[in-house]
Amino acid sequence: MALTQAITDGFTSIVGPASVLTQPEDIIPYSFDGTAALRQLPAAVVFPQTTEDVSRCLQFAGAQSLAIVARGSGTGLSGGSVPSAGSVVLCMTQMNRILDIDPRNLVLRTQPGVTTLAIDDAAARHGLFYPPDPGSMRISSIGGNVAENSGGLRGLKYGVTRDYVMALEVVLPDGRIARFGSKCVKDVAGYSMKDLFIGSEGSLGVITEILLKLVPRPLARQTMLALYDRIEDAAETVSAIIAARIIPCTLEFLDQTTACCVEEYAHVGLPTDCAAVLLMETDGHPAAVADEAGRMAELARTNGAREVRLARDEADALALASARRNAFSALARRRPTTILEDFTVPRSELAAMVTFIAETARAANLQVGTFGHMGDGNLHPTFLTDERDAEEMARVHHALDLIAKKTLELGGTITGEHGVGLAKKTWLREQMGDSSFDVMKQIKQALDPAGLLNPGKIFD
Amino acid sequence: MTGPTLRTLDYAVLQQCMHCGMCLPTCPTYDQTKRERNSPRGRIALMRAVADGTLDTTSGFAEEMSYCLGCLACQTACPAGVDYAELFETARSDIERNDSQPGVARRFWRALTLGFLFKRPRALRAVGRVVSAYQRSGLEALARRSGVIRLLPASLRRLEPQTPRIAAAFSNALIAPQEQPRAAAQYRVALLTGCVQDLVFPYVNRDTADVLLANSCAVDTPPVQPCCGSLHAHNGDLAGARVLARRMIDLFPPDRYHAIISNAGGCGSHLRRYARLLADDPSYRQRAHLWDSKLRDIQEWLVEIACRRPAAAPFADPVTLTYHESCHLVHGQKVSRQPRALLRLLPGVSVVELPESSWCCGSAGVYAITQPEQADLLLRRKTANIVSTGAAWLATSNPGCHLQIARGLDGAGADVQVAHPVSLLARAYRREPAAIPNP
Repeated sequence: MALTQAITDGFTSIVGPASVLTQPEDIIPYSFDGTAALRQLPAAVVFPQTTEDVSRCLQFAGAQSLAIVARGSGTGLSGGSVPSAGSVVLCMTQMNRILDIDPRNLVLRTQPGVTTLAIDDAAARHGLFYPPDPGSMRISSIGGNVAENSGGLRGLKYGVTRDYVMALEVVLPDGRIARFGSKCVKDVAGYSMKDLFIGSEGSLGVITEILLKLVPRPLARQTMLALYDRIEDAAETVSAIIAARIIPCTLEFLDQTTACCVEEYAHVGLPTDCAAVLLMETDGHPAAVADEAGRMAELARTNGAREVRLARDEADALALASARRNAFSALARRRPTTILEDFTVPRSELAAMVTFIAETARAANLQVGTFGHMGDGNLHPTFLTDERDAEEMARVHHALDLIAKKTLELGGTITGEHGVGLAKKTWLREQMGDSSFDVMKQIKQALDPAGLLNPGKIFD
Repeated sequence: MTGPTLRTLDYAVLQQCMHCGMCLPTCPTYDQTKRERNSPRGRIALMRAVADGTLDTTSGFAEEMSYCLGCLACQTACPAGVDYAELFETARSDIERNDSQPGVARRFWRALTLGFLFKRPRALRAVGRVVSAYQRSGLEALARRSGVIRLLPASLRRLEPQTPRIAAAFSNALIAPQEQPRAAAQYRVALLTGCVQDLVFPYVNRDTADVLLANSCAVDTPPVQPCCGSLHAHNGDLAGARVLARRMIDLFPPDRYHAIISNAGGCGSHLRRYARLLADDPSYRQRAHLWDSKLRDIQEWLVEIACRRPAAAPFADPVTLTYHESCHLVHGQKVSRQPRALLRLLPGVSVVELPESSWCCGSAGVYAITQPEQADLLLRRKTANIVSTGAAWLATSNPGCHLQIARGLDGAGADVQVAHPVSLLARAYRREPAAIPNP
């Protein structure tokens, strides 16, 4: 599936020879993102430097009927940036400058290749805060976060990437450069087009510039661990905290399997002998934090926590949070292949969902580790398996089908923060219903009639 | 016994990498180029392609494995617990087996160094004595002044100034085969003197022995010791590494000691993994396991036996000091808090944290020779970080880092001294009222 010399030359004339990769040793490492068991070799990888480069690449690709897959750091978890056969990967990592930070308007303008952590670090230098913190924030690109509408550990209080995008610059499939949104907090001119592109997974256009909203950095925070002998008690604690009108920034759940794997890796003192661990954090004004932390610890105890431990200091708190961010990868210690899911249910249904996942895995004789953002109903059941064992993989896929159906029955969604990509396509029509699904396809048809942008993602 | 290739290796070791990307921000080469092939998960993808038979061990593959520092920062970062060291050594061994980096000169130097000098400690010392005499006689200075150096081929000319100053006497002249502490010995330990350490920093070995004696250890230091095989394993000669591992185990029967002590980060990282190296050797397997369980970095051992706080300061005046972590000590051996703990024992010394303390300095075994440009970039970054602390001393626990960083500081005109933490401890003990004698 190699490109003809003329096509390689075409891209080279736009971005220069050093920014076009076609040799096997160069492009094999772009065959995948962070999703297990999905890989496909692209025909080439191209690194644009400017919005103009992107525009000319898309025009050229359109003229040659070449599929284009936009990619950031390749840490996605639904296969959103896995190349399609014969496609050209447009890798945005060299557009990696923060363009402007405006403390008077609390906004930051950036290119898409900047890492999420670098955005928050830049904000912090002005006493400001960019809250969305996906597990891979040290390396994930902000462009990828917008394209997948990533969440994170702080979603309960602070929301997800969408809640911080004020404006976008997007290159459309035909090469036109379009801008949507503004610095204005209130802006209702026309359709909210930026929202169409947030979470569109590179299927409608390529994001080349992002204007982000920042918020004041909280002055204090308190992190704590609550340990449980019964998973249901952890779920009850979460409900009790919400019912007490407390909105903590983080309420993370880890089952025993996950806690053991994370502890093996991070050595942060997570207990390995209890059924469930809740990692809780409240942030804000110091007085409010002290009050809320006290009440949360009390609610955990009255709802059956065996023990509540407060983080000793900021370093301890950071170690716990970063250990949790690595939960998914740490689970790979157990078996060769880890199939991660992203099912989300209304918070009131959490206990039922956790129990259903455990029972389904047991019935199918499968190993599962479950963790997730209990405060916002977003669970990550992770099946520990081996992609070379076809029979076991069939059981995994059957179990996932059952869990997806249960999720939809409970009024949930097949993906809370990872996107549909390749991994969740099969359940999308069922969740959305025919007319919603068809509207989506009509939008895709209108913007990308030749179907060249990230083909085969979200839907066929 | 040929050992596994990427094709025959347990495939689960490759699958362990689920390419989540958590390694990317910790990889010095990815940080430099932002290209996936220069990242840990990218390299593992290439190795997996070789294992799958979809890629040969091409010259491009060989170049990539040579560009990797082998610093193992990725192994510390990896939540999934991928054994990158094993994959990396297997890949380099495949490359040698398939002769993917041909060249007569390269083959000659490999045969001379890995095949001969670093297998014969007496021959290595003989070469060391010749170089030492050349450096001390004034011939070196004359050669540099006269411009004779310019007659050397470019590749050697670039290396010539990097030739470390060889010591006048080696460890065997400084340390008796068996030394006893003044008070009753509580532990019996073996001291490994290393190759570069022995030729360039033999006094670090003397200091190590002194600090052990001051902490109630009886010290066995055989005068002639084989190379540990680290250079061989790291550069694709696993068969040579196995031969040397067996010689080491024969020379230091592990059941005889409470601990076997290494004071070089790079050697220790390899030394404590003999069990894996000799897994297929029934006559050595068990002893190799015992060996691994006894192997300690000197700093790890001192903290384990509650190192005595010196009663005197190492320097007459108060000193600020910072600490650079050898990659194979922090990532390969996970020894990170112990050196800092020892440095904090030193009276009159304030320890400041070095920014990016565990980022590779570019020495990385023979990397400064094989990849001089990247090595130089890393060295400049390291030097700038050290200068930013304002410290007068830099402590580090590996001879390669020591040489590289001293060269970098010198080049930058920075007035910072470099020392092994045990040398600073030894210096403090020697200044105690009833001091151990100066060597």
